[in-house]
Amino acid sequence: MTTVDLGMPGTRIAYGSGNLYEETPFPEHARAELKNTQMRANIGHATHTIRGKRARVVGELPDWQDLRDAGSAIKQEVGARLPELLEQFEANVTARGGVVHWARDAAEANRIVTDLVRAKGVEEVIKVKSMATQEIGLNEHLEGQGIKAHETDLAELIVQLGEDKPSHILVPAIHKNRDEIREIFSRRMPGTGKELTNEPAVLAEAARSYLREKFLDTTVAISGANFGIAETGTLTVVESEGNGRMCLTLPKTLITVMGVEKLLPRFSDLEVFTQLLPRSSTGERMNPYTSMWTGVTEGDGPEEFHLILLDNGRSAVLGDPAGRSALHCIRCSACLNVCPVYEHAGGHAYGSTYPGPIGAILSPQLTGVAAEQNNSLPYASSLCGRCYEVCPVKIDIPSILVHLRDEDIRTKHGQRDQAATQQRSTVIEARQAEAEAAGVTPEPAGHPAEAKKKKVPSEMDLLMKAAGTVMSSGTRMGLAERALPLGRGALKPFGGAKWLPGMVGGWTQERDIPVPPNQSFRNWWKNNGENTQQRVAEDLGDTQLAVSAGGEVPASSLAGEIHQHAAWGAEAQAVAKLRAERDQAEGATTKDSPATSTGEREGEQNA
Amino acid sequence: MSQSEAKATILSRINYALRDQPVAPQTPRAYRRSSSLGHAEVVDMLEDRLVDYKANVYREDASSLPGRIAELLADSVTILPDGLDSSWLPEGLSTVRDHNDDGAPLGARELDALGAVLTSSTVSCAETGTIFLNGAADEGRRALSLVPDHHVCVVPLDTVVELIPEAFERMDHQRPITMISGPSATSDIELERVEGVHGPRRLDVILFG
Amino acid sequence: MRIALFATCIVDAMYPKVALATVRVLERLGHEVVFPAGQGCCSQMHVNSGYIEGALPVVRNHVEAFTSADYDVAVAPSGSCVASLGHQQPMVARACGDEDLARGAEEVAARTYELSELLVDVLGVDNAAEQLGSHFPHRITYHPSCHGLRLLGLGDRPTRLLESVDGLELVELPDAQECCGFGGTFSFKNPDVSGAMVDAKIKNIESTGTGLCAGGDSSCQLHMSGAARRRGSQVRTIHLAEILASTRANPLELDEIADLSIPRVHATVTPSAGGAR
Repeated sequence: MTTVDLGMPGTRIAYGSGNLYEETPFPEHARAELKNTQMRANIGHATHTIRGKRARVVGELPDWQDLRDAGSAIKQEVGARLPELLEQFEANVTARGGVVHWARDAAEANRIVTDLVRAKGVEEVIKVKSMATQEIGLNEHLEGQGIKAHETDLAELIVQLGEDKPSHILVPAIHKNRDEIREIFSRRMPGTGKELTNEPAVLAEAARSYLREKFLDTTVAISGANFGIAETGTLTVVESEGNGRMCLTLPKTLITVMGVEKLLPRFSDLEVFTQLLPRSSTGERMNPYTSMWTGVTEGDGPEEFHLILLDNGRSAVLGDPAGRSALHCIRCSACLNVCPVYEHAGGHAYGSTYPGPIGAILSPQLTGVAAEQNNSLPYASSLCGRCYEVCPVKIDIPSILVHLRDEDIRTKHGQRDQAATQQRSTVIEARQAEAEAAGVTPEPAGHPAEAKKKKVPSEMDLLMKAAGTVMSSGTRMGLAERALPLGRGALKPFGGAKWLPGMVGGWTQERDIPVPPNQSFRNWWKNNGENTQQRVAEDLGDTQLAVSAGGEVPASSLAGEIHQHAAWGAEAQAVAKLRAERDQAEGATTKDSPATSTGEREGEQNA
Repeated sequence: MSQSEAKATILSRINYALRDQPVAPQTPRAYRRSSSLGHAEVVDMLEDRLVDYKANVYREDASSLPGRIAELLADSVTILPDGLDSSWLPEGLSTVRDHNDDGAPLGARELDALGAVLTSSTVSCAETGTIFLNGAADEGRRALSLVPDHHVCVVPLDTVVELIPEAFERMDHQRPITMISGPSATSDIELERVEGVHGPRRLDVILFG
Repeated sequence: MRIALFATCIVDAMYPKVALATVRVLERLGHEVVFPAGQGCCSQMHVNSGYIEGALPVVRNHVEAFTSADYDVAVAPSGSCVASLGHQQPMVARACGDEDLARGAEEVAARTYELSELLVDVLGVDNAAEQLGSHFPHRITYHPSCHGLRLLGLGDRPTRLLESVDGLELVELPDAQECCGFGGTFSFKNPDVSGAMVDAKIKNIESTGTGLCAGGDSSCQLHMSGAARRRGSQVRTIHLAEILASTRANPLELDEIADLSIPRVHATVTPSAGGAR
């Protein structure tokens, strides 16, 4: 992995590699995925179902927002105290008979796992669904080393047998329907016959029979972890099917790969996260099974336990105060299930293990925004804010998206050359290493500093520059708006614009541009602003208006509630507070009516 | 490169990442940590939630418990944890203990050949319908309550609490913990819930006391 | 009181009639409306496109225009632009190291209200027919734009106002809280996904059988109506302010909706019969 010396002895920022980026930018990938109507129908159905379930079970808890606040604070604490907590965690796992390994990147983690499996002399392992091992590409790596990893989660099994890629954090085969799954099973799963129907229960039964043999005979299992408790060394896996319990309990050797950010300081913190996760994730009050273990327990479960603590770019994420809260993510996927962009484009369009809104901020941060096409991900959002509203640990995804867009623009403007070069080098080196491991000749790679050629101002740069000049002055806006009649004259015969060239063509690809007005409000107001009486008279004729109650109407408590919990951005909260203080201080005068505080103007109206 | 080097590098990267010295906030714990309901209400809630998960729920006392167990386990060979209260057991139940002739615990295939398991439990959370096993002598090792396809679980009424924090308070993290909320299930195919995959497909809960 | 109108750039240039409608509603309540002449844009287009530095002069201009003007509260007919004032302007100023500007932006934002927020919370309007004379005898549906909904927490304020308009029948929009797919430059950086999102929105509007969708953000409406036209859909959009401004004496006719210009009658009004009342 390429690293850049930061001037402190031995200190490096290091970005992650693995299944975190792709060569196709999001808009292009999404365009192709949008044509897959079956996939879109499957995802639309699934996300709508699950978001409804989530809303119901979250609505049941009177203290949901308190739990979110606690979860967010605990995760902030983890970030701030990470070195100390990792040391404590390692000491506790070790004291209970576990062996702790540290992996700087994907390649190192894969190497450690391979060595451990080889030392056991086996060629097959069973696996519990794990995002971390997908991120590092463990299965592909093991395959190359002659070791077969059997995924045991039903959805992962569907994906693995179908030689497909996961498209969702929680339900990786969400893009497949029952007919497609039946087809995959009957083609690829030994022991299935004509009796296999497309009934989910029948398909699940087939998976049960197939996997039971693996559970009973395989001696090495690999898992991820949802939480690791620093104070006790306890690890946690949250699941539904019981495949996790099988993998964690029956084999002789257990290898767990866990991102360093998955720590919680205290055992009691689990009381918060075991409430937040299932309700946000599957929309259940609780998932069927949660397993916790601390090191090795004599006479119960594996005799050997290895824990691999993975960095792979997490320290780089932590190094950005504006983006580090992406590490709070507990992989619940609530943000995917409410995201309209995810719903239409699907998970594959994001080109990373982490799809959806969280993926759009996490992948570019793990790899650096300049790695491959990850600079297209921060733009894969309309900033509607639903992701923040449902996030159980209050990750401010919309604000981080904007922050990463800014990073991308500054990268393109040549203001981040050192970081960008390093981010690209990480990708190139990882690709070369992958190719070498697979015994093929690596593709010739572009030069890591290719950003340089992008420094010619883009169309967007020019648009923003022009708009910035016009929009930062009322006078210039007024002058620019004098051109409106020209546009009106040009477009009126056609009823508006149907096609425009260049970047703005993105607009006319999907929408018409209306015929503009004959003049702007600003310019109209100069000549007509004063005609208040005429306007009122024309609108009201002889109608007498009821005097408004003024001050009697409280702010809707419902709206206040939504505002408090759905409004992202620390700055917005500050303004809401300012406004509340202001309202309180000036209560009587602000919530006024014309009759009480603007007597003179009322006189005007009734003249 | 050696493992100690990897650790030192990662910690050094993290320390560098935290050079702005962020302050760990105090955790606001305004969420509910103790129940305000009466015990009978809490038990009713647990029953409601368990039924919602498609578990079968029975209420028994000391005199009716053996009869219910006899009925539920009549057709199976049942494995019993060594520490299970023998007064719960009916006459004539077909049972095995968790060790074969040479004293070693049963292997996975031996467990797989059994029909059912009967255990007690440490604590149950009503609000989420969750039963906690904590490696106690009357719960047995984890494989026991996992491999057989039918789990009969006794929940003593004095172990029922309303809230998750109340349940965690009673957990011993030194021993393995298994939280069970209904029979095993999957929603991986079109989000349609199917009860019963790898864990026990039938969960019978006896509220006892 | 004296109310400063922040027209917002898109309303100023493309939907002047929405700004005028806002003025008419407030004047009817007896308030004086002023238009700080220096105003430009809220900066959202720059910020959301990642041009934080480029946004700074736009932010500075807005804060100066609304700090130097004399008014009690400010109003804008846009949830998104009002949200941007409090949400983005101080962030931009801080990112560029100007703490004074950040505090100035916070002060301005705290005094600026979205139209329905101002009417309900500050001016105590709970019955548009009685207090504003609003009359609009049509079936409509309503799309709550994302930033008003989530950043400002407008809740049911706009729909409560609409339901109290004389003659109006409000039909609930399925999946109302879904984004329409506009998202500023998202709409042309990711046109395919944006197009798929607006497809869904238009279908939902069509399913209400009203053909007319009200909202509080002209930018979303520019996108939705433009997409509807491209798809040959009959769906049209209308701003909340236009509906509230419509009265029995001066009703907004449906065939007037398509023209974005300020109707000539308002520009040539003469102080004659029926003028003062």
